[in-house]
Amino acid sequence: MGMTISEKILAKASGNKTVHPGEYTIGKIDLAMIHDLTGPLTLRVLREVGYDRPWDIEKVVIILDHQVPANSTVTAQLHKDLREYAKKHGIKNYHEVGRQGVCHQILAEQYVKPGMLVVGADSHTCTLGALGAFATGIGSTEMASVYLTGEMWFRVPETIRCNLKNRLREGVSSKDIILKIIGSLGVDGGLYCAAEFTGEGVGTLSVDSRLTMCNMAIEMGGKTGIINPDRQTLDYTGVKDAPLKSDPDAAYYKTVEVDLAALEPQVAMPHSVDNVKPVSEAGNVIADQVFIGSCTNGRLEDMEVAAKVLAGRKVSPSTRLIVIPASQRIYLEAEKRGYLRTFIQAGGVVCNPNCGPCLGGHMGILADGESCISTSNRNFIGRMGSTAAKVYLASPQTAAATAIEGRLADPRKYMRG
Amino acid sequence: MKEIKGRVWLFGNDVDTDVILPGKYLVLTDPKDLAKHALEGLVPGFADKIKQGDIIISGKNFGCGSSREHAPLALKHAGVGAIVAKSFSRIFFRNAINIGLPVVISKDARERVSEGETVTIDLEGGALVKGNGERIATEGYPDFLLKMLMDGGLLQSLKKRFSKVERK
Ligand code: SF4
Repeated sequence: MGMTISEKILAKASGNKTVHPGEYTIGKIDLAMIHDLTGPLTLRVLREVGYDRPWDIEKVVIILDHQVPANSTVTAQLHKDLREYAKKHGIKNYHEVGRQGVCHQILAEQYVKPGMLVVGADSHTCTLGALGAFATGIGSTEMASVYLTGEMWFRVPETIRCNLKNRLREGVSSKDIILKIIGSLGVDGGLYCAAEFTGEGVGTLSVDSRLTMCNMAIEMGGKTGIINPDRQTLDYTGVKDAPLKSDPDAAYYKTVEVDLAALEPQVAMPHSVDNVKPVSEAGNVIADQVFIGSCTNGRLEDMEVAAKVLAGRKVSPSTRLIVIPASQRIYLEAEKRGYLRTFIQAGGVVCNPNCGPCLGGHMGILADGESCISTSNRNFIGRMGSTAAKVYLASPQTAAATAIEGRLADPRKYMRG
Repeated sequence: MKEIKGRVWLFGNDVDTDVILPGKYLVLTDPKDLAKHALEGLVPGFADKIKQGDIIISGKNFGCGSSREHAPLALKHAGVGAIVAKSFSRIFFRNAINIGLPVVISKDARERVSEGETVTIDLEGGALVKGNGERIATEGYPDFLLKMLMDGGLLQSLKKRFSKVERK
């Protein structure tokens, strides 16, 4: 019986030839990331242990991203703690304000390669599986343990195969694919599992689009999203070869099929990510705010489609648009290509790369009774500010069309020509 | 830590980390400060209402969402003695054990206990015991995890292993 890519990576990292779902292994970690909200707790644990030198300073990455630049003295202190820690141990992979971005995007751009075993003190670390790595989120104490030992226990997960057929039509994106899948499996439909995206449809999706899908694997309880590396993966990560791939006879716990050609724009209604409907059936949803950004949809491709929809048009007087590119690199490129100008001319706000209002930190927190159409990944009660606010999750195309109309809108009518 | 005894608080399915500890409090690092906001998104004033050792009994997918360890820390320091659920999100489950907060999987407990009754959890015996002696089965842990939990969590074992390294 063959193995899945997830099993192969966990086998390699644990020094075994084979591993099986349900088995416990110890894996050697290739990369460990902390950020400005979870990192300080890790440092607190290390202080309590009384020893704080990371096992390998090349393999740790520290990124300021949740509230950047610091929005309060409390945040400023968190940033200072991480900065001083990086300095104390000579950690070069420290991303200072202005040289950073949302952590998962920075890891994708600069660090992760196929076959790696990656952990991050952030649940959306599963994003990086799009590059053929096994990547998962952990807590702060666990991270302190990884920092000290360079390894961690894993329960080898079962794999759910999400088989994508055909190709997407214009105006529909990988965000719609993953919303559709979570809508049908439910928020615990992939609990403890790896979600492996396969099929001819995957080959038609850019790396940016793949990162969006894997990003949301956690929203159905998944341990990682993962995609077998192909030509695009090699080009993106700059490696020559990526030998770890799922065998044709690998065993899957379950398979779901999605026909990309039949898919229309989707939206996750409040307050659960599996409360998914086609935009055409969502009814009249007023948008007080539109947010385009986050580790789900703050990439260059997302800026491009949003700019395409908004070019020459205006944000409705009844709403407000906030756009936040996910990294400095994307910010600069979007500037060069004129996308940022398009957003500003349309009447939107463009902020510097960081998480922004995604988790209610700053830069667009919602008031009581307000609704936001957001390209991020969670619409839990209170996620973007007030517990009496509503969050709707959609693609950047849909968000941009919504900004124009001031209410949830199907982007396809703005995509022609 | 073999037996945990406390009053029951019942919750439903998919209790997420944003209602356990809203994002705006993630800048806090002192567990005592976090505790004040435990479950604020679902039960305003929970921190004042809970008694030390109380037990949360919940449906499926408890702790879904973020990796924030702030969430189990807030519950533990607010006084929660243990959490029993039909299933847990995997990061929350690990985080809770790592910080020494017992999390117990039971398929049946949610339907068979009532709000406010006093129950005992027998971690090693794998059961939740009601006041009348009725035992409800709970799932066991792999040995290394049970040991870690009994020792008070990952931090304690790290302390044992690393606290002397610096002085060498
Ligand atoms: S963008 Fe949102 S989901 Fe992504 S890391 Fe930041 S806060 Fe978390």
